[in-house]
Amino acid sequence: MRQASTVSESPRRELLSFRLGVQEFCVDIMAVREIRGWTEATPLPRAPDYIRGMINLRGTVFPVVDMSARFGLPLNDVASRRVIIVVWIGTKLVGLLVDAVCDIIVVTDAELQPTSELAGEAIRTFVSAVLMVENRMLCLIALNHLVPELDEAAA
Amino acid sequence: MSGSATLPPDVLAGIKLGFFEECEELLSELEAGLLALKRGETDPEIINKVFRAAHSIKGGGASFGLAPMVDFAHQMESVLAAIRSNQLALDAQLLGLLLRAADVLADHVRAARDEGRVESASAREIEGALIALVAGDCPAGEVSNHEPAEGKPTAAVWSDSETPSPATAQERIWVIRFRPHASLYASANEPLFLLRELQYLGEVRATVDDSELPSIDDLVPEDAYLLWAISLTSTADAQEIRRVFEFVEADCDLEIVTDQEGAATPVADRNHPTAGSAAVSKQPDSPRPSISSSGIAAGRSTPRLSETIRVDVERVDRLINLASELVINHTILAQRLAGIGSAGTSETELPLDELHQLTRELQNGVMAIRAQPLKVVFQRLSRLVREVEAVTGKQVNLVVEGESTEVDRTVIERLIDPMTHMVRNAIDHGIETPEERLASGKTAQGTLRISATHRAGRIIIEITDDGCGINRARVHAAAWSRGLISGDAVLSEHEIDELIFLPGFSTAKAVSELSGRGVGMDVVKSGVQALGGRISVASYPGKGTTFVLSLPLTLAVMEGMLISVCGRSLIVPLSTLLETIHPKLDAIRSLGAHARLLSIRGEHVPLIDLGHALGYLTEPAQVKGVILLVEDDAGRRAALLVDDVLGQQQVVIKSIQANYRMVEGIAAATILGDGRVALILDVNSILLSHGRWSAPVEQRLAAG
Repeated sequence: MRQASTVSESPRRELLSFRLGVQEFCVDIMAVREIRGWTEATPLPRAPDYIRGMINLRGTVFPVVDMSARFGLPLNDVASRRVIIVVWIGTKLVGLLVDAVCDIIVVTDAELQPTSELAGEAIRTFVSAVLMVENRMLCLIALNHLVPELDEAAA
Repeated sequence: MSGSATLPPDVLAGIKLGFFEECEELLSELEAGLLALKRGETDPEIINKVFRAAHSIKGGGASFGLAPMVDFAHQMESVLAAIRSNQLALDAQLLGLLLRAADVLADHVRAARDEGRVESASAREIEGALIALVAGDCPAGEVSNHEPAEGKPTAAVWSDSETPSPATAQERIWVIRFRPHASLYASANEPLFLLRELQYLGEVRATVDDSELPSIDDLVPEDAYLLWAISLTSTADAQEIRRVFEFVEADCDLEIVTDQEGAATPVADRNHPTAGSAAVSKQPDSPRPSISSSGIAAGRSTPRLSETIRVDVERVDRLINLASELVINHTILAQRLAGIGSAGTSETELPLDELHQLTRELQNGVMAIRAQPLKVVFQRLSRLVREVEAVTGKQVNLVVEGESTEVDRTVIERLIDPMTHMVRNAIDHGIETPEERLASGKTAQGTLRISATHRAGRIIIEITDDGCGINRARVHAAAWSRGLISGDAVLSEHEIDELIFLPGFSTAKAVSELSGRGVGMDVVKSGVQALGGRISVASYPGKGTTFVLSLPLTLAVMEGMLISVCGRSLIVPLSTLLETIHPKLDAIRSLGAHARLLSIRGEHVPLIDLGHALGYLTEPAQVKGVILLVEDDAGRRAALLVDDVLGQQQVVIKSIQANYRMVEGIAAATILGDGRVALILDVNSILLSHGRWSAPVEQRLAAG
């Protein structure tokens, strides 16, 4: 991608945007495996509050991250009205619990503004860039730092 | 070599991979054959089988240009050929050499696969010994020629082994007419290699007859049009020549006649390629029956299909997952039908029962596909025994029973390390040197017996040596000096034996090459426990030691008890559950501020509130509901306080680590009938983290 950016037209990538409360976020669509409705998750003992628990998707068991809780946003109490975006983070499958999936947007790297000059460290950990679409601001989520528990080696 | 070079690299890599897989099978055939001979079996077919295995490895290796491996296989093959023709007597010493040579050949194969080299002194020594056997006084350097095209020195060795006195053997000119069928090419054979193989026997002049080759428009690329007329000047007899074509006989027309028999001129004239073949047979499409081609055309016209197939493990795993899904979906369906009130009517009940039966059978069937005989593990051990014998100078007779016992592949994989360690230990620490054994009135050769049986849905493996037994005085002293027990503790004999499983315990005075690598029986034990197994030891001073392993048959499914705690469903492995108790308040005693004990039949066990232990409750609850009496792998007991026991069921084990991480107190997850996830309790970790367990050996002793 970097190599091609010297060409006049920089490469396009597709992002899947979703909503948490009034804020909009997006993830790279290449990481998305599927989108599914809410399923009751089985809580794990002593897990952080944003890990809602484990769900089963056709025989695969994986954790669901409540994105509102992860970003410290007000919680949407009616979980059943929410949606799970199933994404790959490295080799692991993780569900992201969000309020609603909005759109697929096509952008070029040039339209993405890195967050380094915009926000504090806490935000930069999860949000790699922001972009403007029709006067709305979207945050591109850095998936690899989203769930620190995934990195812990299986002892 | 030339044929494969034109293939794309990834295709070649795939073929190579297949070849190495096949090599593993051939190697185990080779070893199995040699072991059968060692047991005293005399069927001549055994040595033939062994020979063919070495031969196939050599042949395949040559096509990939794997010179060191081919050389070594060739030396083995020469020795085996000499045995087969009764020029070498097969005694125990030679068998020993061949077995070790089989190990080295396995090293060569693996080295070739990993693109490495075999550089051990013992490998060279064994190769030297093989060469010396067939070559007599022939210097070793003369036979290490890699290039088949210039293979005359090697050929000399080969001929030497076949004929006792080359000087007097009569050289004859053979005329071989070789006409491959399309099926020969289809099974990935290459005439070039056969021609090269013939060069080992003598001087080869081959001419190709392309008269049947149609014009390019009519050519069917996958059909066979060529035939070869070969003149071979050799001392070999017809049978030896036929052996070169052993693997393709069913896929070709083959005539082998001497110059005189065939009444043909040697096919030496390259300018008249058809001359030779015409002399042998004028009608290539209807081969004239001859003495030497009998049994080719008639008997083997239908190609034999193998009784086994090779399948990618991933495909089988996928099938197993699907079968598990089917079981779960059946349960969901049954619950839904019950929900809409149509359960209990024969219209739905009967088909549902049948579906249940079929899905269970399907599940068992696919699980059986992935099951493998323990032979896979045991064969490695027989090699290990030979190596340890060589290093320690001890003599060990390995007796293996029940190697056809089948276990799921997931278990097999994780059994190799603990078994290896135990066998090493048994020889290193258990079995005495021949002198010591003779002095104590035993045979010089020790016996190591490994047996496997199925028992009550588990597999039991026993490893028994007839060595000196556990030296209890030394074990006791060592445990004390490491602070594992207090000095004045009085232990039963069995308790002392069990000390060897404690972490950090090792009696080796110096780190020996074999056992004392800083890991001990505690590693074996934790490896076995990670498999959901148990290990125990029984030792008799001067008579020997027996280790008993008890393992689940699979890591894919298990029997569990569904319970509920704080509104959540959990599975308790049935193997840990001793009994369920409805608590009586007067059986529960408080110990200090927080601890509670349950007294049951005069024994006290700690009472653990499971909801609290898993962090669902901040404070331990009042005693109500049901108490589960559980025992972990170490024999620790505890009473778990739960809300309700819902019933027993077989559950499919799903990893939590695969998509998350390890969770304390939880072993894995499973999927319930309604599609929800339930967690499987890790009783070991619950008891350990609770920190209060009922009388483990080391704690009780340290306190005493």
